Amino acid sequence: MSGAEVPRRAGLPLRMLAVGLAGLGGAVAVSFLTLNPTSALLLSALFGAGLLYFLLSRFMGWSDRWMVIAVPLLWLGIFFLVPFFVLGRISLSETMIARPPYSPLWETDAQGNVEIIASLQNYWFILGDALYRNAYLSSIKIAAISTVFALLLGYPIAYFIARSPEPRRSFLLLLVVLPFWTSFLLRVYAWIGFLRRDGVINNTLIWLGVIDEPLVMMQTDFAVYIGIVYTYLPFMILPLYANLVKLDGALLEAASDLGATPMVTFFTVTLPLSLPGVIAGSMLVFIPAIGEYVIPALLGGPDTLMIGRTLWDEFFSARDWPVASAVAIIMLILVVIPMMWLQAVQNRQEEGQ
Amino acid sequence: MTSNPAIAANTRPWRDPDAKPFISIQHVTKRFGDFTAVNDVSLDIFRGELFCLLGGSGCGKSTLLRMLAGFETPTEGKILIDGVDLAGTPPDRRPTNMMFQSYALFPHMSVEKNVAYGLLREGKSKAEAMSHAAEMLKLVKLEKFARRKPHQLSGGQRQRVALARALAKQPKVLLLDEPLGALDKKLREETQFELIRIQETLGVTFIVVTHDQDEAMTLATRIGVMTEGVIEQVGEPREIYETPKSRFVADFIGSVNLFEGRVGPAAPDLMRVETEDLGPVVAPPVAGLTQGQTIWLAMRPERAWLTRERPAESVNCVPGVVQDMGYVGHMSSYMVKLANGRLVRVTQANEGRRDNPISWDEQVHVSFEPADFRVLTE
Repeated sequence: MSGAEVPRRAGLPLRMLAVGLAGLGGAVAVSFLTLNPTSALLLSALFGAGLLYFLLSRFMGWSDRWMVIAVPLLWLGIFFLVPFFVLGRISLSETMIARPPYSPLWETDAQGNVEIIASLQNYWFILGDALYRNAYLSSIKIAAISTVFALLLGYPIAYFIARSPEPRRSFLLLLVVLPFWTSFLLRVYAWIGFLRRDGVINNTLIWLGVIDEPLVMMQTDFAVYIGIVYTYLPFMILPLYANLVKLDGALLEAASDLGATPMVTFFTVTLPLSLPGVIAGSMLVFIPAIGEYVIPALLGGPDTLMIGRTLWDEFFSARDWPVASAVAIIMLILVVIPMMWLQAVQNRQEEGQ
Repeated sequence: MTSNPAIAANTRPWRDPDAKPFISIQHVTKRFGDFTAVNDVSLDIFRGELFCLLGGSGCGKSTLLRMLAGFETPTEGKILIDGVDLAGTPPDRRPTNMMFQSYALFPHMSVEKNVAYGLLREGKSKAEAMSHAAEMLKLVKLEKFARRKPHQLSGGQRQRVALARALAKQPKVLLLDEPLGALDKKLREETQFELIRIQETLGVTFIVVTHDQDEAMTLATRIGVMTEGVIEQVGEPREIYETPKSRFVADFIGSVNLFEGRVGPAAPDLMRVETEDLGPVVAPPVAGLTQGQTIWLAMRPERAWLTRERPAESVNCVPGVVQDMGYVGHMSSYMVKLANGRLVRVTQANEGRRDNPISWDEQVHVSFEPADFRVLTE
C-alpha cells in the first residue's frame, strides 16, 4: 500500500498530535522512571510508538491505514502467535526429566548429521484416549448448555434495556457491567458462599420451610453452570443490546400495522434481525467457557470433566508439557474452526445486505 | 399553480350536507406531557377520498395519522371508521394500513415476502398469500423484482414495494406518511400520478400526510391545512388556493403578497381599504366589517399586472421600480420596490415572444383587480 492512496495532507494534524502526545508521554515517562517502573514502561512505550509512527509515516511514506492495523497486529503477534508457536513446538517433543521438561526437536550427532525427532505421537495419544475425548466433549457440552442459558437469560435483559427510555439505558448498562469492578475470582468465590451446604440459599430455604435437608449444590455440574452463566452473562447482554438498540422502531410498527401481534412481531422481525447479536454474544460466551478452568475448579466436583482442568493437571500434576501443549493446541483448533466458519457466514450475510 | 384536483370519485360528497362520512375524527386532542401535538381536531373524510393533511414539521399531521393507525392513543376525543369507534383497537386489528415515510421494509425478507407478510398474518395459506402478493407487485410494476431484497432496489422501487405491502390487505383506509418525500423531484412528479392511478383502480380511501404543497395540490381531493395542532382550513385545492381563510393558509399555499390595511368608508358593491403600502385601494366587499377595522389583503403574484405606462382603466395601481427579476421560461418573476420600500412579488406569464420585456431598474406600474384581493381578518 502506498502513501499516495491516503490523503497525507489531511493526516498531518493528526500526526502532529501523535508526535505531541508521544513527546508528552516521553517527558512524563522520564519523570516517573524513578517512582513507578510499570507506568514508566507504559509511557515510554507510548513515546516509542509515537516516535516510530512519526518516523515511519514521515520518512518511509507508510500510510495511515497500515499504521492503524499495525497496532492490533503487533498485539496479536506478541501475545497470541508467539505463544502458539511455543506451544506447538513443545507439543511435538517428548517429555523429559530436564529443565525445561521436554526433548529438543533435533539432535546433532558427532558426525554433524542433524536428526529430526519431532513427532505427532502426543496428538495420536490424545485422540486415542477416551479420557481426553470425554474431556473435550464434556467441555463443549457444558459450554454449549451455559451459552443457551446465558442467551435465554441475556436476551430479555438486553431487550428490556434497549427498549428503555434513553436516559435510563446507560444506567442499566452500568448495572450490567458493574460486576466487572470486582475481581472475577472473588465473584466466583462468592458463589461458594451461596451454594454450599450451609450457604445462603440452603439456609434461606430451610428457614422458609421449603426443604428439610440442605440441597447439594456445590461440587456439581449445576454449580459450574451457574458460575459460567453468571460470569459470562454481560458478554451475552452487551452485543445483544448493541444490536437490539439499533432496531428500527418503524419495522415493529409496520409489522403490527400489517396485523402481527407483539409475539408474532418478535419471532418474525425482531429475532431474525437480531441474529448477528445472538451469534456474537454466543461466541463471546461459548469460546471462553470451553477453556474455563477457574469456575469448574472452584465450584465443580471431581466428576466435572473440563478440558481446562485436564490441561492444568497435565502441566502441573503430571508435568507432561508436551502432552499438555498438544491438548491446548487441539482445543484451540476446536474453538478457532467454528469461529472462522461463523465469521465467513457472517461476512457473506453482510455482503448480501 | 391552479392544478386541477384529481377527483377519484365522480361525486364530491363533502359538498352534500347529508352525506355520511367514512372516517370521523371528533374533537381529538393529543398531548405529550405539556406539549399539545393535536388540539381539538374534528374532521370528516369520505369514502374514496384522497385526503391530504398538509403542514410544516411539528404541526401535528403525523401524530394525527399515527392516531388513525393506532400507534398513538388520543388524549381526548374519538375516531370512527365506517361507524366503528376505534378506541382500544390495537394497530394489528384496525382496518387501516400505513405506508411509512422510511418505508420500513423488512430488510431480511424478499420483496414478495414483504408484500405477503400482512396476508400471512390474516391466516391466508402460503400459496394464496404469495399469489396475491404477485398480483400486488404487478399493480406497482415490480413483478420482476419479487425475489430481490429491499437493499437491492432503488429508492423509487422501495417506495412501490411499501405501497404494495400496505395495499395487499385491501385496507378500508390507507395512511401514507410523506409517501414521496424520499424521492427526487422528477420521480416524485411521476409517482404522484401513479399514486392517483392506483387509488382510482382500487377505490381505497387514502389519507396522505405531506409538507409539500405542490404534492398536496396535485394529489388531493381535499386538503386539510394544519398548523400548531389545529386544522386551519379544509377544502378542495382550488378553494384553499383561491380563498384562503387566514394569513397562514394564504402564505403557506403558494406565494402571496400580504398588505395590512384599515376598512374605509362604506360604498356600494366595493370596499375602500386604506393601506400603508399601496395607498387607498378598492377591494371586494366583505360582510360584517366595521369601518377602521384592521384587515389584510392577500394577493397572488400572478394576478397583478405589470406595465410601463399607467393603464387608463385601472382601479388599483401603484408605481414602483423593478428591483429583481427571474426568467423561468413559461413565466417571469419580478420583485417590484414600491415608493415606501415595500417589495411586491409579481409573476407574468410569457405567452408570446415579446420583443422588449420589462427588465431590471425600470419604472413600472403594478395594477390589481379588486376581485383578486382576498380580504383576511385572521
